[in-house]
Amino acid sequence: MLKYVLLIAAFVGLVVVFSIGLTRDPSALPSTYIGEPTPVFDLPELRDPGRRVSNETLAGQMSLVNVWATWCVGCRQEHGFLMELARSGRIPIYGINWRDNRSDALRWLDQYGDPYEMSGFDADGRAGIDWGVYGAPETFLVDGNGVVLHKHLGPLDAAAWQRDFEPKLNAPGTLQ
Amino acid sequence: MRRLVVAVVAMLLAGTVASIDTEPAFDDPALQVRYDQIIEEVRCLKCQNQSIKDSNAFLAADLRREIRRLLEEGKSDADIYDFLVTRYGEFALYRPRASGKTLVLWLAPAIFLVLGAGVLIRVLRRRTTLPIDDDSLGS
Repeated sequence: MLKYVLLIAAFVGLVVVFSIGLTRDPSALPSTYIGEPTPVFDLPELRDPGRRVSNETLAGQMSLVNVWATWCVGCRQEHGFLMELARSGRIPIYGINWRDNRSDALRWLDQYGDPYEMSGFDADGRAGIDWGVYGAPETFLVDGNGVVLHKHLGPLDAAAWQRDFEPKLNAPGTLQ
Repeated sequence: MRRLVVAVVAMLLAGTVASIDTEPAFDDPALQVRYDQIIEEVRCLKCQNQSIKDSNAFLAADLRREIRRLLEEGKSDADIYDFLVTRYGEFALYRPRASGKTLVLWLAPAIFLVLGAGVLIRVLRRRTTLPIDDDSLGS
């Protein structure tokens, strides 16, 4: 009798493990920066290389840091939502234009609209590596003290925004 | 026959000669050796079943470039692995270092070995005692 109970328990255990494990994306890596300060970065601005996009740019307010590129299909996919978000004025969005070329990037922004307050131009991908980026698009939620609260992998949409970002925006103790 | 052998050997070697990394070698052979070892130990995060040595994804190329730069700056292997782990986590290393977070990973094979041995011993013991209990043998 005990034998059967054990067998059934083992079976149920496996079902639980697999039903959780198999629905997760094994290639999705959690960011090492959650709850940590953002890495130090300092990039020339995409439109105006004389200006800098750096940790200072982000200081003092909640912001989104969106890693994008014109070669990135997912970025095209999320662009409409980013435009909508920018129009709502809910949160300032800063871009890191990753491993791209300037004229393509500027053409993209002219064509599809520019949701970014500023975009840092990371031509050689060095800042991307410092941020632990391994595939665009990636979107970081950063609080006013420069601490990363959340990272979203892949195209951002309204559902992910409501689920993962919006609750953190209203959380107490975060500088807005 | 000899020509055939030469042709086959040449074909077999072609894969190893055609390297992904086209950067020039280090001037210092010792650095080159360390570089070759490190890039085999680092996972390409974009193409997760390849090391950055074997991958031609641009992220792999970027990571090779960063490792090259760190080596030239005189950083130790441990510094370089730290650099990668800070950014991408232990997952970036094919042999994650033993720490609180990866302890389960490292101990799991030993735990399963002990569990398996335990089960095996129990089964074997029961089997050797079975015939004695079995009346049908008429002993």
